[in-house]
Amino acid sequence: MNEVPVTARINGEEWSGRVEPRLLLSDFLRGTLGLTGTHVGCEHGVCGACTVRFDGDPVRACLMFAVQIDGHVVETVEGLTPDIEGGVAAASDLHPIQRAFHEAHALQCGFCTPGILMTIAAFLETTPDPSEAEIRSALAGHLCRCTGYHNIVIAVRRAADLSRGDPTAVADEDTGP
Amino acid sequence: MKPAPFEYAAPTTLDEALSVLSRGDGDARPLAGGQSLVPMLNFRLGGPATLVDLNAIEELAFIEPTADGGLRIGAMTRQVALERDPSVRRAAPLLAEAAPSIAHAQIRTRGTVGGSLAHADPAAELPAVLLALGARVRIARRPRDGESDGRVERSLPLEDLYLGPFFTALEPDELLVEIAVPGLRPGEGTAFEELARRSGDYAIVGAAARVWLRADGACEEAAVSLINAGPTPCLLEDAAATLRGVSPTPERIEEAAVAAAEACEPAADMHGSEAYRRHLARLLTTRVLLRAVGRARERVA
Ligand SMILES: Cc1cc2nc3c(=O)[nH]c(=O)nc-3n(C[C@H](O)[C@H](O)[C@H](O)COP(=O)(O)OP(=O)(O)OC[C@H]3O[C@@H](n4cnc5c(N)ncnc54)[C@H](O)[C@@H]3O)c2cc1C
Ligand code: FES
Ligand code: FES
Repeated sequence: MNEVPVTARINGEEWSGRVEPRLLLSDFLRGTLGLTGTHVGCEHGVCGACTVRFDGDPVRACLMFAVQIDGHVVETVEGLTPDIEGGVAAASDLHPIQRAFHEAHALQCGFCTPGILMTIAAFLETTPDPSEAEIRSALAGHLCRCTGYHNIVIAVRRAADLSRGDPTAVADEDTGP
Repeated sequence: MKPAPFEYAAPTTLDEALSVLSRGDGDARPLAGGQSLVPMLNFRLGGPATLVDLNAIEELAFIEPTADGGLRIGAMTRQVALERDPSVRRAAPLLAEAAPSIAHAQIRTRGTVGGSLAHADPAAELPAVLLALGARVRIARRPRDGESDGRVERSLPLEDLYLGPFFTALEPDELLVEIAVPGLRPGEGTAFEELARRSGDYAIVGAAARVWLRADGACEEAAVSLINAGPTPCLLEDAAATLRGVSPTPERIEEAAVAAAEACEPAADMHGSEAYRRHLARLLTTRVLLRAVGRARERVA
């Protein structure tokens, strides 16, 4: 196979290597790099599970080829918590958006969550104080089969407060198992 | 791996891209945003021998105001730029109004204006909206055997691009390079509306209108186009003709909407019967014409 050289910045670190042109970005992230936080559902752009940030913009990793990231910047859900090397994170290690999702019970099976987090990370940068309608519209490109979206909307609102350092949004103590 | 193997070219100039296409013997395919092409490759609905990735060609991504108040839009302009660029809101507010209805935000960050026009989906927003605006497309290729050197270009009214469902007048060695949109004149107003089951879904039916009013309030020119109401993106000439030269009263607008609903050729599918789609065509045409006329009146000098 004629592989193509690629150099890109992925979650803050430079990666160089060779990839086959037909390798999807989603499969490259999961299979080649072991970044399995990026999920794969439909592989035709509908479900949003594979959403990552490409030069800052949320995109579908299943609709890009890995060769196309050459010279660009990619962020996946793993990049939200760069200090956690594998293993399980303590609540205090989480990114404010992840913390908000945890506290508001915004996930059940969690399949949709990484994609939603990447969309919301970009969304809150341009819309730091969103209305409920804006939140629902930002979530429209993601399918969640578990939650009914209600708690996801609450979590995004909470994430906005946490990200802006709103003291009234201080986290409840983690009462996990 | 999902897609079948292909040769990959990532040219950085338009001329280079045209050269790869012309050497491709009809089996080289441009890759724009990939938001329609990559799903097809993932399902192996087609497998070109060569993919010519246009994403590194900076000269194809631009939005430029023209002297006559219109816009030149490069084929590789992302759909999201239509929402973000203030010059679009000024010169072609219809484009800014319709853009958020295209797919999801995460698709519009990659999907391109040229890709949507070339894909020729009768359910797509941009072809219909740009038809209503009277846009033209510029197309380029390398010289074929016996032709002298240089780039060969042609310019078409967008209408002439569409020959059938997902079928255009583009030859395999050609690229759509630029879209020219005439500027909004004083006395001219536009409007867009579509009905979709959920945000981001393709429209069951959609409509776009442009109305140009004279100082005496009569309609000098009108255009109506429908989305997902026929085999190709289409202008409804009968509807527009009903309005030309007369005052666009609600009665006349209703007549135009009936003409649009009669002339369109919607197909039935699981989202709606033919009759339901005709009903929507009439309803949405009425609404967009009323709104376009209202906006045109605000702009009569
Ligand atoms: C989940 C989902 C929902 C969607 N919903 C909508 C919707 O509601 N409305 C809508 O309009 N679209 C929708 N789309 C399609 C989207 O808008 C695509 O971006 C668009 O149809 C194609 O643009 P592209 O740049 O991605 O082109 P590509 O997918 O790269 O290319 C499409 C076709 O055009 C050809 N082509 C591309 N550029 C050129 C060029 N410059 N010259 C010649 N040929 C060219 C390609 O070879 C290919 O055949 C949706 C897509 C997805 C995945
Ligand atoms: S896997 Fe990419 S959108 Fe569903
Ligand atoms: S939590 Fe299960 S799909 Fe969203």
